[in-house]
Amino acid sequence: MSEIKKFCYLNRTAPYGTVYAWESLEVVLIGAAFDQDCSLVFVDDGVYQLIKGQDTTDLGIKNFSPTYSALGDYDIKKIYVEKESLEARGLTLDDLQHLVWEDEDEDWAERDSIILVTKDELAKVIDEQDVVLSF
Amino acid sequence: MSTLHTVNKSSYDRNTLETCVSLTTKGSEVILIEDGVYSAVKAGNKASLIANAMGDVNFYVLGPDLKARGLNESQLIDGIKVVGYSDFVELSVKNDKVSSWL
Repeated sequence: MSEIKKFCYLNRTAPYGTVYAWESLEVVLIGAAFDQDCSLVFVDDGVYQLIKGQDTTDLGIKNFSPTYSALGDYDIKKIYVEKESLEARGLTLDDLQHLVWEDEDEDWAERDSIILVTKDELAKVIDEQDVVLSF
Repeated sequence: MSTLHTVNKSSYDRNTLETCVSLTTKGSEVILIEDGVYSAVKAGNKASLIANAMGDVNFYVLGPDLKARGLNESQLIDGIKVVGYSDFVELSVKNDKVSSWL
């Protein structure tokens, strides 16, 4: 396997209104399947993607939100959510899904995947990436 | 790590430029392309987005996109550089990565 790169998936759109959120998730899973170092970032309306209790039955389209809880199994451990975006929309971490990954070094203890960051902290996270894909 | 950000939407329609600028680190570069060039007009009420960040970030506008929209350099915020396609390529190569804001 060649060198591992740091991939950042920048999510800025709400789910269902456009196809970006779903497409992003598909590309994330591809990156993870190739054992890359994946970080997900949710900013602006992107934070709406992680709200728990989504139900699309009356829309006749797929509710892809349960997929986020599978990300831990793909070794995706870094899901950054921008604090300012959440607050601007009247949301807190409690409104979002509780996403975890299992730490094999600690008897598969569950660890939180979501990392709440300020705009300044997020700028540094994005700066450190090799590749940024925007959705 | 150095980054060239491309923004292709007007800041009067979308918030991409605003979020982009707020998440750039010092020394980053931003090039306005396609409808993104409208954000560079000095007289517009979104001009402060760019003017306020000018000290930390280098701003460029893609000349052909400016010309196509009937705008010229004299209408732009002071300090923005108008560049051509070959300069765009050089900027892309010079920076460690390119982040395309959609």
